[in-house]
Amino acid sequence: MNGFRVARYIRSGVGTFLSGLCAGAAALVLLLILGYVAIKGIHAINLPFLTQLPVPVGESGGGVANGIVGSFITVGIATLIATPIGILTGILVALFGRGLIAEGIRFLSDVLSGIPSIAIGLFAYTLFVEPFRHFSALSASFAFALLMLPLIIRTSEEAIRSVPQVVREGALALGMSVYRSTMYVVLPAARPAIVTGLLLGIARITGETAPLLFTAFGSQFWELNPSNPMAELSLQIFTYAIGPYQSWHEQAWAGALLLIFAVFVLNVVARLVLRPGGAR
Amino acid sequence: MTTTTLATQGLGASYGSHRVLADVTLSFEPHSVTALMGPSGCGKTTLLRCFNRIHETITGARVDGSVLLDGESIYGPGVNPIGLRRRIGMVFQRPNPFPTFSIFDNVACGLPREFPKSERAAIVEKSLRAATLWEDVKDRLSKPATVLSGGQQQRLCIARAIAVEPEILLMDEPTSSLDPISTSSIEDLMTTLSERYTIVIVTHNMQQAARVSDFAAFFLGDGTGVGRLVEFSETTKMFTKPGDRRTEDYITGRFG
Repeated sequence: MNGFRVARYIRSGVGTFLSGLCAGAAALVLLLILGYVAIKGIHAINLPFLTQLPVPVGESGGGVANGIVGSFITVGIATLIATPIGILTGILVALFGRGLIAEGIRFLSDVLSGIPSIAIGLFAYTLFVEPFRHFSALSASFAFALLMLPLIIRTSEEAIRSVPQVVREGALALGMSVYRSTMYVVLPAARPAIVTGLLLGIARITGETAPLLFTAFGSQFWELNPSNPMAELSLQIFTYAIGPYQSWHEQAWAGALLLIFAVFVLNVVARLVLRPGGAR
Repeated sequence: MTTTTLATQGLGASYGSHRVLADVTLSFEPHSVTALMGPSGCGKTTLLRCFNRIHETITGARVDGSVLLDGESIYGPGVNPIGLRRRIGMVFQRPNPFPTFSIFDNVACGLPREFPKSERAAIVEKSLRAATLWEDVKDRLSKPATVLSGGQQQRLCIARAIAVEPEILLMDEPTSSLDPISTSSIEDLMTTLSERYTIVIVTHNMQQAARVSDFAAFFLGDGTGVGRLVEFSETTKMFTKPGDRRTEDYITGRFG
């Protein structure tokens, strides 16, 4: 009897140790990346970097202000496009989830989430750049919206499903229409989880670079009109990182640090929203 | 005061190809409490859900036979289930207050939108008093309903159901998730409410049926799992002189 017990303790101990080791390794890699980017990038982050335009090759200084603003605009428009479509689709799939249409949408959304972002970029290029012979931030927003969409659909569906059916039936039994019970009772109850999905969707596209190469294209100037080519932070990192100058490399690291920080903040906010009492 | 009558004729219900209830013919006295009893899976909850047409909101669910409200079929072509559900209220097995609504809004939200704002507060107070919850919550009406205990939440759901002044109140095992004290307060409440409403209650608990109901219907699954009505009579008669051997076996605890 004792031997059996000892063996069980040993197995439990070994299991705990191994899973702890793996978790530690994963966390260590993340910390190494964060630490390395921070060390390389922190000294290039200063006020001019955040507030000035890029300078021509050969001059020193300058910043990525136009890229920061450009990223905000592009991501913002993408969010405006993807949010209503994604949430409404999520509602449809969650409430009418057994039919052929809902199954089809769920399947297509899963496929969409697996398509490489560069292919989505090409699609946006064919649809919105080639016909107009003009790069634009709007075409980039379209590509971003496609990238966010499956994530928003899935998280909205899960969020609405997590509202107990008995709550929905309670609303119907009170004489509310399906529309009213969904809008006034189910959706508010699912809201924290939907907002979290939205923030994770934004975090997902904030660092995307590939679809921007042939849609937003990048710009050296202040550009606020989304129908024109626009500077993007992640594109600037790409350009600076493969450029031949030491000062460019430093700016690339600083830009990367900025992006990671933005994504980090989005993730933290997403977690806070999900906490009980958050986002009331 | 309501004199609305509710009756069924040859009522059956199924989920897809799975039949759960067949051939139920019953009628309910105004201002009485009728208990639907029987073991799990005998179709009594499904029967209750046919009365306010909430059964059909589940994909594949079907009803045959008829349910008559004041002699008119509630499954007729011109009947709007939304209007019907305002006449026939329901209290569920698990307390289901709307989680993001305040206590006040939970009670008021069933009222029609055009209902004057000034009278809402009076209706809310009246309903909460009727559900014996007013004293517990009168100082925190704006708090979310989720701060209440399970028994209080169930009484809130009863207040919500009676705020719209239904003619019939359906209760699906309303005390099964509550402690004995909350149970007893809700049972007292049912007796009071039956002065104004016709109540149909599903219960597993025979003592509860004996305590609160005037009439009782006993259901049992037949050999193929289809629920059927075995016996319907006054509760006192069913518990003292059951007309069917199977009812007697169930009541005396020989099975179920």
